[in-house]
Amino acid sequence: MSEAIVITSGKGGVGKTTTTANLGTALALMDKKVCLMDTDIGLRNLDVVMGLENRIIYDIIDVAKGRCKLKQALIKDKRFDYLFLLPAAQTSDKHDLSPEAMITMVDELKQEFDYILIDCPAGIEQGYKNAVAGADHAIVVTTPEKSSVRDADRIIGLLEQEDITPPRLVINRIRNHMMERGDMLTIDEIVQVLSIDLIGIVQDDDEVIKASNHGEPVALNPNIKSSISYRNIARRILGESVPLQSFDEELTFLTKVKKFFGMREK
Amino acid sequence: MSQKQLVMIKGTRDGLTLFLNDDAPFQDVLDQLIEMLNQDDFDEVDSLITIKVELGNRLLHNEAKEELRSLIQAKQRLVVQDIVSHVILKEEALKLKEATDVHIHTRTVRSGQIIDIVGDALVIGDVNPGGTIKATGNVFVLGVLRGIAHAGYEGNKDVVIAASLMNPVQLRIADMYSRAPDYETDGVFMECAYVEDGQIMMDRLQHVMKKRPVMNGFERSVLNV
Repeated sequence: MSEAIVITSGKGGVGKTTTTANLGTALALMDKKVCLMDTDIGLRNLDVVMGLENRIIYDIIDVAKGRCKLKQALIKDKRFDYLFLLPAAQTSDKHDLSPEAMITMVDELKQEFDYILIDCPAGIEQGYKNAVAGADHAIVVTTPEKSSVRDADRIIGLLEQEDITPPRLVINRIRNHMMERGDMLTIDEIVQVLSIDLIGIVQDDDEVIKASNHGEPVALNPNIKSSISYRNIARRILGESVPLQSFDEELTFLTKVKKFFGMREK
Repeated sequence: MSQKQLVMIKGTRDGLTLFLNDDAPFQDVLDQLIEMLNQDDFDEVDSLITIKVELGNRLLHNEAKEELRSLIQAKQRLVVQDIVSHVILKEEALKLKEATDVHIHTRTVRSGQIIDIVGDALVIGDVNPGGTIKATGNVFVLGVLRGIAHAGYEGNKDVVIAASLMNPVQLRIADMYSRAPDYETDGVFMECAYVEDGQIMMDRLQHVMKKRPVMNGFERSVLNV
């Protein structure tokens, strides 16, 4: 049974596109057939993050308007046989896409793929409605900032009115030292306010930005911590039970001894 | 044959009360009332006398009430202060029940959502920042109140806002409001807001309940009728 998952956040710039790209990559690594859909019409960039920009011929609006077949618009990933991208249009606007057209496309993609990840634009108007229309599940991305949590809360409220399963939460861009100092909302605080299931946490990492700029999702590189985070989320999507990562720095022997005797490190 | 007395006047501390029999046909009662008003001589009294009319278990429509009122006021120096009846229409009763019931909302009130309730509101869940719960009656939150709560938004000041954990952005009761301090707080357990001396006050739930003994809205409204 294939699933369509929308990745949304309300607020812009919290990492929806990065999350979509990396979860898609991680699922493809686990031999799943995955299609990524970019619904951010006019501001497409999932193709850039995936490094597939130069391959675009047709886009989602061409499919919706019947100018080409769905299969013609799908772009095969460089690295995987069964990872495809349906790019957004750069020149049209979001009103050229309708929720009905989205449902038709998602239904057609479901014949072929195990997972359809829909990258949602920021905001809560037409673009959001289009993105959510075809989805069965939702993942809400937030960062440990008040404004982002507030918008996530708003989106969760809207998602609860849709005909989908209860949304799940990804907390992105966690900075451990700031959380410890109390300068940032902690994971517990965020989960308490939003009161939905946490499906994963991702640490703030320069490597993610570097990888995005190279068009190589970070999930490909198993030596990076955030890559493991994305892979863990993908495993949880598949239904595995994976414990949350600890972001504590590797403990040296001395600090372990100190901790054992109840001494503070700082 | 002496006719059964259908109309009675009694004097009380608050003035005169006119008791109208509720068994006899209304027309008979009216006839006897007219007769009585014609007989009785109030002329010696200079000032107007206020009178209360007790209908017993009789339900009168507004037109009939008006007729009765003008009938009494036309004859003598009487002013009808109130017409009371022991019965009300089912429709009115349901409206009253609706307005005084506790309405349960079993979801978290999230940012951007406004839950508008006629009657008392009981939220089983949190009210998040940016979310608003408003009710014509009391607001009870069985969770954390982090957003805005507005009790008695149609003007009732006798209502309270209570929460298991009170950490709101703003509290409003009737047309008054108070806001959270500008520094961050952790909130207070089992707090209750109420109005005293034209100001919104906060106290422990147990203390406020002593000041508001008739919390049950239905009881309250029926007593006021």
